[in-house]
Amino acid sequence: MSRRMRQRFEVLVVGGGPAGIAAAVRAAEAGRRVGIVDDNATLGGQIWRGESEAGSEASRWTERLRSSGASLLRGRIFYQPEPCVLLAEADDLVQELSYEKLILATGARERFLPFPGWTLPNVMGAGGLQAMVKCGLPMQGKRVVVAGTGPLLLAVAAYLSQHGAEIEMICEQASWTSLAWFSVALLAQPSKIFQGFQLKKELVGIKFSPNSWPVAASGRTTVESVTISRRGKLETIPCDYLACGFHLVPNIEVPVVLGCEIQDGCARVDDLQRTSVAEVFCAGEPTGIGGVELSLIEGEIAGLAAAGRIAEASSLFGKREKLRLFAKRLDRTFRLRSELTNLPQPETIVCRCEDVRYSHLRDHISWRAAKLQTRCGMGACQGRVCGPATQFLFKWNPDSVRPPIFPARIESLAGLTGDSKQELCETTGGR
Amino acid sequence: MSHATYDVVVVGAGIVGAACADEFSRRGMRVAVVDCEMVGSGATATGMGHIVAMDDSNAQFALTRYSQQLWQTLRPELPEDVEYDQCGTIWVAADEEEMIEVLRKRDYYGQREVPTEVLDSRTLLRLEPNLRPGLAGGLLVMEDAVLYPPCAAHFLMERAQKRGATFHLGQPVADAGQGRVRMRDGSEISAGIIVNAAGAGAGHLTPGVEIKKRKGHLVITDRYAGFLRHQLVELGYLKSAHSISSDSVAFNVQPRRTGQILIGSSRQYGADHHEVDSGILARMLQRACEYLPGLAQMSAIRTWTGFRAATPDKLPFIGPWPVDKSLFLATGHEGLGITTSLATARILVDQITGTKPEIPIEPYLPSRVAKEHAHV
Ligand SMILES: Cc1cc2nc3c(=O)[nH]c(=O)nc-3n(C[C@H](O)[C@H](O)[C@H](O)COP(=O)(O)OP(=O)(O)OC[C@H]3O[C@@H](n4cnc5c(N)ncnc54)[C@H](O)[C@@H]3O)c2cc1C
Ligand SMILES: Cc1cc2nc3c(=O)[nH]c(=O)nc-3n(C[C@H](O)[C@H](O)[C@H](O)COP(=O)(O)OP(=O)(O)OC[C@H]3O[C@@H](n4cnc5c(N)ncnc54)[C@H](O)[C@@H]3O)c2cc1C
Repeated sequence: MSRRMRQRFEVLVVGGGPAGIAAAVRAAEAGRRVGIVDDNATLGGQIWRGESEAGSEASRWTERLRSSGASLLRGRIFYQPEPCVLLAEADDLVQELSYEKLILATGARERFLPFPGWTLPNVMGAGGLQAMVKCGLPMQGKRVVVAGTGPLLLAVAAYLSQHGAEIEMICEQASWTSLAWFSVALLAQPSKIFQGFQLKKELVGIKFSPNSWPVAASGRTTVESVTISRRGKLETIPCDYLACGFHLVPNIEVPVVLGCEIQDGCARVDDLQRTSVAEVFCAGEPTGIGGVELSLIEGEIAGLAAAGRIAEASSLFGKREKLRLFAKRLDRTFRLRSELTNLPQPETIVCRCEDVRYSHLRDHISWRAAKLQTRCGMGACQGRVCGPATQFLFKWNPDSVRPPIFPARIESLAGLTGDSKQELCETTGGR
Repeated sequence: MSHATYDVVVVGAGIVGAACADEFSRRGMRVAVVDCEMVGSGATATGMGHIVAMDDSNAQFALTRYSQQLWQTLRPELPEDVEYDQCGTIWVAADEEEMIEVLRKRDYYGQREVPTEVLDSRTLLRLEPNLRPGLAGGLLVMEDAVLYPPCAAHFLMERAQKRGATFHLGQPVADAGQGRVRMRDGSEISAGIIVNAAGAGAGHLTPGVEIKKRKGHLVITDRYAGFLRHQLVELGYLKSAHSISSDSVAFNVQPRRTGQILIGSSRQYGADHHEVDSGILARMLQRACEYLPGLAQMSAIRTWTGFRAATPDKLPFIGPWPVDKSLFLATGHEGLGITTSLATARILVDQITGTKPEIPIEPYLPSRVAKEHAHV
């Protein structure tokens, strides 16, 4: 039987990426009792996790968090049993976290689009592959094709190449014309918008091809080659890994379950990062995809606002505004082209959990109709992967979210857990 | 849409409306089906899909057993995705007192030619090794089955469509009766016969029809092939299911063909919202873990709620609505509408076409409540 632990915080932060860290730091430095909970063993989120280089922005923030007095908790929020209480599950522990103010900084995940062969081993999410390399997957001499869209591709390519991979090509679906603005803006931006672009030198010599996208991956047991459509022609490139990412999707499941108003797939927030639900704030990617810098500023504003430091929070509005404008243009630049809706073939699997193929889905009128008749999205991931894909392919509206927000043990939902004397289950701050 | 090109308009495309459309079209009648949502998306999408012969009353037994046999006849035609599986039910007896109920139940079923087998403690554990040791025994009812209701409704609807039935989906009906169905947008469909098969919404559509919503919670797990083989229901279920006033939970679990385990069940009156009630959920899962301790460590992937359409005497309304000659009811099936959908359609269409039904229909006639009202 798992143990159960109760803790109260004035400010509880969900998510330990840049936005969550900044929020926790600001609220704790303002003297609040703060808890920050993340489902990974180390904080840092998608981008900073595993980074330990002294003096880097990541380590500066994590150091600041350590000395701020905030409690670092490990666990995955899966349920709200009553107002102002969230349950988090970790290994053999269920934590009952109550709060006065809540800051949601749950980040984003990669969007996958189905094409023939996308379920082969070693076809991975670009961010996912990067994370595995951070955890020790050797890349020396491996041939990698990076494909999809968005600035993340460049960051990942640079990172993999630093770790010994041979990047065969970066395939970016956006056109030169839409990218033109982006390159100019990058040069003009003195600050770094995405960490990846600091690494421009690592990208020297790598073939970057706009107007191109993967149409099929093939191989016997794992991927051996990928066929791409490049400026209207098909080209096959042998590779050991295909790292794919079609931009990011905000993780709004927690805000949705709490009843926060959602607009265009993002949690709607006001100037102070407040959602439509009283005492619930949201910062970073769930309010819109905008990168590290915007996430940090939003996190700071949310942390200050939750701690009642309104004037200080307001002084950051200007900077946030500039970054938001940039984020909007990013969004336009990397909008998915309509040709990509033709990627799946009738036999292509769209829902991996339940093995539902494209041909079984295309005649349905809505997500819910398809789900009820085909089981699409009914598996363990509850449509986190196929939901955004079908939203793009068929213009279906996403599903309602039901508890548990993530799969959780029956005993955790049943309250069948023993009380524990142990104080904390801590995550490590940095590395 | 104002011309009477149809013989029948069915309001509601749940399993009951679908079964009616199928049966009317089989008898050569021209059918239109109207639903504000889509096929099989109401209670039909939320129920457990246990096809079960029940013996709360003789009338309930007659309808459930007749319908179960209709499902058995239909079985060869059911597509894969309906997941029809005659896994049988085991009524689990926790103690000797409940064993007495097992014997009573065996006699009742036996007299009515339903095959059963009494299980002693050891046989029970052999059939379901994951049950907690020390249970008294149980009754295996072999012909009970499970299916996946949304695809069953879809199958029935598609059959009706092939015979010429038409659907009008996504259209809320504002009122129905007097030979026509009027949509909220003002358009109308007329027909000599209107069937109210609107499930828990039937009372809104036909004022005077006494339907209460009875909320239920369900939880589905990840895949654990082989953990469970039969639908398991505690005999204490009878005690809790009968209490009209208070909220109740009971151990009621079902093996899905995917290897998942569907965990029920709860009953609540006066709860009108879809949200999961954490107190009820916890009680329901605790109960399930008492019987199947191994469940505790399993991963739950989704919980949801649904509404049963409950009548005052726990029997459905099947037949003419006394106040309006054109209007017929097919609703109020509480927790048994998946089971009884096929029989409901049969005896409704029998009544309308003047065919002799195979079971006595009086217990289900809506006039029984209208009569009660007349006495008051
Ligand atoms: C036998 C069986 C097996 C199942 N197995 C699985 C499984 O393995 N995995 C799985 O995920 N699911 C499974 N399901 C459940 C199914 O997918 C749905 O979860 C179920 O239909 C109920 O869904 P829901 O209540 O979550 O609502 P959803 O299917 O999410 O739909 C909710 C509907 O209600 C509407 N709605 C939402 N809020 C309100 C409101 N306040 N008022 C009015 N309307 C509202 C929405 O617009 C939507 O149309 C199974 C169902 C059955 C019957
Ligand atoms: C938790 C739970 C477990 C259950 N388990 C079982 C089981 O194991 N075995 C079993 O046999 N039964 C079970 N049931 C019962 C079963 O699900 C229902 O009895 C059955 O689905 C009822 O079907 P229906 O067609 O009458 O209603 P529904 O499926 O609700 O269909 C009614 C339809 O009418 C439509 N509608 C309503 N009002 C209007 C309007 N004004 N205009 C247009 N359309 C309208 C709705 O959109 C809906 O589609 C269970 C129910 C629940 C809630």
